[in-house]
Amino acid sequence: MAIIKAEKLNLSFDEKEVLKNLTIAVGKGQIISIIGPNGSGKSTLLKALSRNVKPDKGVVYLEDVDLTQLSSKVIARKMAVLPQSPQAPKDLTVRDLVEYGRYPHQSWWQGKSGQDDVCVAWALSQTGLTEMSERIVSTLSGGERQRVWIAMALAQKPEILLLDEPTTYLDICHQLEIMELLAEFNQEHNITVVMVLHDINHAARYSDFIAVLQQGKVFAMGKSAEVITSHTLRSVFGVESIINMDELGKPVVNITGLTKKRG
Amino acid sequence: MLNKEIFSNNTISQRGVWRATVIVIFTLLALGGFILSLTKGALSISLQDIVGAIFYDHAGATGQVIWNIRLPRTLVGALVGMNLALAGAILQGVMKNPLADPHIIGISSGAGLAGVTIMVLFPHLEYLVTPMAFVGAMTAAIFIYILAWKGGIRPVRIILAGVAVSAFLNSGISALMVFYSDRVHGALMWMVGGLSARSWPHLAIILPYTVVGGILALLGARRLNILNLGDDIARGLGLNVEFSRLAMTAVAALLAASAVSVVGLLGFVGLIVPHGARLLVGSDYRYLLPASAILGMAVVTISDTLARVAFSPVEIPVGIIMAFVGAPFFLYLLRRDA
Repeated sequence: MAIIKAEKLNLSFDEKEVLKNLTIAVGKGQIISIIGPNGSGKSTLLKALSRNVKPDKGVVYLEDVDLTQLSSKVIARKMAVLPQSPQAPKDLTVRDLVEYGRYPHQSWWQGKSGQDDVCVAWALSQTGLTEMSERIVSTLSGGERQRVWIAMALAQKPEILLLDEPTTYLDICHQLEIMELLAEFNQEHNITVVMVLHDINHAARYSDFIAVLQQGKVFAMGKSAEVITSHTLRSVFGVESIINMDELGKPVVNITGLTKKRG
Repeated sequence: MLNKEIFSNNTISQRGVWRATVIVIFTLLALGGFILSLTKGALSISLQDIVGAIFYDHAGATGQVIWNIRLPRTLVGALVGMNLALAGAILQGVMKNPLADPHIIGISSGAGLAGVTIMVLFPHLEYLVTPMAFVGAMTAAIFIYILAWKGGIRPVRIILAGVAVSAFLNSGISALMVFYSDRVHGALMWMVGGLSARSWPHLAIILPYTVVGGILALLGARRLNILNLGDDIARGLGLNVEFSRLAMTAVAALLAASAVSVVGLLGFVGLIVPHGARLLVGSDYRYLLPASAILGMAVVTISDTLARVAFSPVEIPVGIIMAFVGAPFFLYLLRRDA
């Protein structure tokens, strides 16, 4: 059974079709990366999956239930979302922010419970932030800040985690740190991860499946070795490449130049 | 920034002590304002006489002044200050706009136009003034949203839309006052916001709204915190963003409308007070709202006392004092955030 599934999504902004009859399904416990050139609709697809935009047509199903039929809090207990470069108020501590992750588990008349404290402590330790929990988020480095947002998402205790370019603006070491962290959550806690990525090699290395988007449609979807080919890179991104396999059998892409357009 | 230093140099428990201390200081300030407002005026009355007048003797000359004039006026001022400060604090969160204030963005004008319409055209329906002021405030707020909405809300667009809506509604108020100048008593006082001659009936009008609005505001504190993280994050955390925004705007409109129907267009309280409170207790609405409410009481009672004694025997509307302090503060915020 697919844990999350989008069926025949159509979506336009100002007459421009961003998603065209797009269908995609994600199995439980998988890591799926969505890649594609700018304007291919990958961020919009993630926003539609996280109900941050409403599709004009089509339905998103969470465990086979239409997303629009579920209450916001019920969804938030199953699915955590990390948008691109989120902003927090300037005076929040790490702990404050991570505690907000418990919001979907709290009712309006009651405050924090012991269970909430346990989950917050767990999320902090998973992301290596326990020591920093009293620091002010806005004083942290980019990589640390991103870990705080991920900790907030973890405190939600989700089964599925949606992330929009979680490694943008980070240096290479912190990029890998985030990717390793996500892979770890996936393996140890069976959290399904769906993310939009810019870096094709990261996508190839860390995901079970890759969806390549082109002009609002799925160009190809499958295991990274099947999808990441010179043909895909040429037709979708317009670049020439040499592709090798690493020791795990995952493709490693070397871009060699732009594809020469005929004429 | 001041609060960054305060919060970054303290552990969480120290921060709790700090917040409590600030709230206690605000409370003392409000009590001070209260006492000041009772003792100072055209007639200076000692604290002893005040206590005597309130608890033992309502009939003497001092008792009359305290019981019929100063005490109700001070109470009305305190509640007005609280309502406007809460409305401002809520609007700043909901509209994601540090410049939001019920007066500046035209919500007060909406309440004002509706209120004046009832007062002038249908004086026999006077009991409808506050409810209609609420409807007016809410309508103005929704209009501002619609005008400012263009694929998202931007702070500057809200201010511009608010200025336009406010100018439009104020012209309506002015027109009514010109046509029916004989029916509007103390119209000028009302336009700038004044507490002159406010007494027990006015307290009876505002009190229920303060209680209901205050409780609803505090219940919404956590929603406001989540909303402050941005719409996408808030939705991801399971907050019904559209509903929360509408509901909290309605609470702010209710609070602002009840204040407007009692004192008129008193500006800048909702701007200055929440900012002052935020600087000292931080942006967590569970502390910011009570701190703003208490500081609002202090600011309005103290300003009103000042308005009474500064040019004695002439009394100026408290709105003038607020604008005198508030307008430069608004410009400061505008420059800082731009």
